[in-house]
Amino acid sequence: MTSISEQFGREDWSRFSSRQKWQRFAIFAICVLAIAWSISSIEVVWAWVWDAPSQMGDLFKRMYPLDTTNLATILRVLWETVNIATFATAFAVLMSLPVAYLSAQNTTPNRATLWLGRLILVTSRSVNTIIWALLFVAIFGPGVVAGIIAIMFRSIGFIGKLLGEAIEEIDKRPVEALEATGASRFKVIAYAIVPQVMPTFWAVAILRWDINLRESTVLGLVGAGGIGIILQGAIDTFNWPEAATVLLAILALVILGEVVSAFLRRRIL
Amino acid sequence: MLEIKDLVKRYGGGDPVLKNLDLTIEGESVVSIIGSSGAGKSTLLRCINRLVEPTSGSIELNGTELTRLRGRNLRAARRKIGMVFQGFNLVDRLTVMENVQSGRLGYISTWAAILRRYPKEDIRRAYELMERVGIAHYANTRADQLSGGERQRVGVVRALMQNPDILLADEPTASLDPKTSEQIMGLLRDLAGELKLPVLINIHNVAEAKEYTDRIVGMRYGRIIFDHKPARLDQEEMDRIYSGSPHADRNENLREAS
Amino acid sequence: MSETHDTWRKPPFISNPVIRWAVYLVALAYFLWVGATMPIDWGRVAEGFARAGRIFGGAFPPSFERSGLLIDGFLESLKIAVLATAGGVLLSIPIAFMAARNVAPLPIYYFGRFVIILARSFHPVIVAIVFVKAVGFGPFAGMLTLVVYSIGFVAKMLAERIEEIDFGQVEAMRAAGAPFLSTIFYAIFPQIMPRQIGLTIYQLDSNLRASAVVGIVGAGGIGATLANAFGRYDYDFALAITIVIVGVILVSEGLSGQIRKRIA
Repeated sequence: MTSISEQFGREDWSRFSSRQKWQRFAIFAICVLAIAWSISSIEVVWAWVWDAPSQMGDLFKRMYPLDTTNLATILRVLWETVNIATFATAFAVLMSLPVAYLSAQNTTPNRATLWLGRLILVTSRSVNTIIWALLFVAIFGPGVVAGIIAIMFRSIGFIGKLLGEAIEEIDKRPVEALEATGASRFKVIAYAIVPQVMPTFWAVAILRWDINLRESTVLGLVGAGGIGIILQGAIDTFNWPEAATVLLAILALVILGEVVSAFLRRRIL
Repeated sequence: MLEIKDLVKRYGGGDPVLKNLDLTIEGESVVSIIGSSGAGKSTLLRCINRLVEPTSGSIELNGTELTRLRGRNLRAARRKIGMVFQGFNLVDRLTVMENVQSGRLGYISTWAAILRRYPKEDIRRAYELMERVGIAHYANTRADQLSGGERQRVGVVRALMQNPDILLADEPTASLDPKTSEQIMGLLRDLAGELKLPVLINIHNVAEAKEYTDRIVGMRYGRIIFDHKPARLDQEEMDRIYSGSPHADRNENLREAS
Repeated sequence: MSETHDTWRKPPFISNPVIRWAVYLVALAYFLWVGATMPIDWGRVAEGFARAGRIFGGAFPPSFERSGLLIDGFLESLKIAVLATAGGVLLSIPIAFMAARNVAPLPIYYFGRFVIILARSFHPVIVAIVFVKAVGFGPFAGMLTLVVYSIGFVAKMLAERIEEIDFGQVEAMRAAGAPFLSTIFYAIFPQIMPRQIGLTIYQLDSNLRASAVVGIVGAGGIGATLANAFGRYDYDFALAITIVIVGVILVSEGLSGQIRKRIA
């Protein structure tokens, strides 16, 4: 009589074959090495790191109680921040339409325009709003114009890319049907393509407005208008109670923005 | 009169899908094209309004040679050819009225098209036609709210709004249930009579073809092998049309060649 | 219907005419009024175009002379991104469990959600200036910033994934008498692992992007190098840095997309 275990002769089991094991081990080792290399070579004053929790605690303690003496100014500049985001989004939406048209394979007139469209998208998307803002502050001087144009430049790539993808994914059958009626290219676009991308258009515009609201809160740090200027001023003068008020105002603004965009999304889509 | 002569269509470098095809359609007859999938029915129809570019041959509609038209002239010719599609091909997010008026896009100005300011006579005609096919009360409804049969009626009205000289219908009933599909076929036949319009219908359902059309064209692998009154279509002819495979057919060609 | 119809209007988007015109008017008034009262110095703007010419003139050709500085800045950005991703993802896992309605008790759930909302609401640059003040200039502030930034995104997405898991597997483990942690390891981790790995790679990519920005306010990395170049009117060096940033971002976006596609 042999027991079942003797018959099959196996008591060991492992989830992965040895090759898989090595692969997993190698990936794991690479991750660990990358982290170890980063920790060992990064230029950090370690004393500050160990000190950080108490410093943070101290900072928050100094923020209390809130200083609301400048609340009126803060709210006025907060309103300016909203305006920057809204204007920039509106302009960006208008300007991204032709870019989306160029960068969608099924509407672009030819290969050269396709690459032109993609070049605009990539340039706009890879440069961060703050870097755009640095550039436009240098050009137009400090103020809301630089901020609006910076956010606009960054948003064109975002909206144009998503819109271009929406154009590429439309149902092609109505397009075929309208071409068969003898309608011109422009009318085919107006009747068969535009209605199909309208929902995406609104969704993307609302989403970008929500993002731009957050982005416009930091423009002031490089002098491009909005609440960031007040925040920087308060922090530079170590006026932490006021800085805390500004931070709370920004938090409220962002949450309000999210509520508004959720409402718009529900109503329009 | 539609006159197709020696029409060849070849996709890429493969076997031609249409092989030296000749077909003439006169007057206001309702003609159906039958044949198994891949016989080239759909390609033939799309060659007529140039949604598919024919490789060689000639297609003449009322004396106009269609195969060499380009740009503005092609669009002008397309206005005179109405088409009804298997998948209806409506713009779902537009109202029925806008879908119907999109048949007039070739005629109206761009501003009128964008602002939806359609000419009074177009609106009147749209209501008449919609009334005729029983969808007038849907004018302000979005197209995606309608049932399949209703959507195809919109498709038919859109094609008729073009004031066409000929109506092409590519499997107009293949996406519909049997009862609705009979209604649409009946409608196409009646409208052809009322508007004195020749109609060319691709169809899978042979019973419907026999009942609703005046003439049946049978296609097999790019050739027309049957072209008579419906009464002549017996079991033997049916077998001839629906038998074989592209592969067998090709072998036949080889035998003929050798 | 016997009378002939020859007019038709597209049904308006907002059917109530009062509300419709009110919305139009408010929108129009907003844009006109805000547009008119915007504090714009038109003289300065008009000058801007000449200035733009000078800046772009000064920026061409891009100067790679100080490429040592550029490479150092980039390596620092990379280190910040790696450490912040590691720390952020590790912290995200417990926070995501706290913020998943189907595994966390209500008070803990609210706490988890609150942490995520807080982390998401502030732009990384704002977080960065606070950290710079608290722990001093340099990469450590940048790292802390991006840890917060990672939590805001990774914990949110992961919590959503946890809420979608098939709970039958958890029940099966519980029915077999498995203890709490074993249940998590056997029934929940296998279900969220693919998403977790994808998110980690994505976050590494976006941390690298963000680290180029937080440097501008003093949190280390290539952003600091760029801000310095801009401040000293070294536009040719600034352009070189920007070109390299764009190039690296494109490469890293492509790479992370490839890897995520391979895994999924």
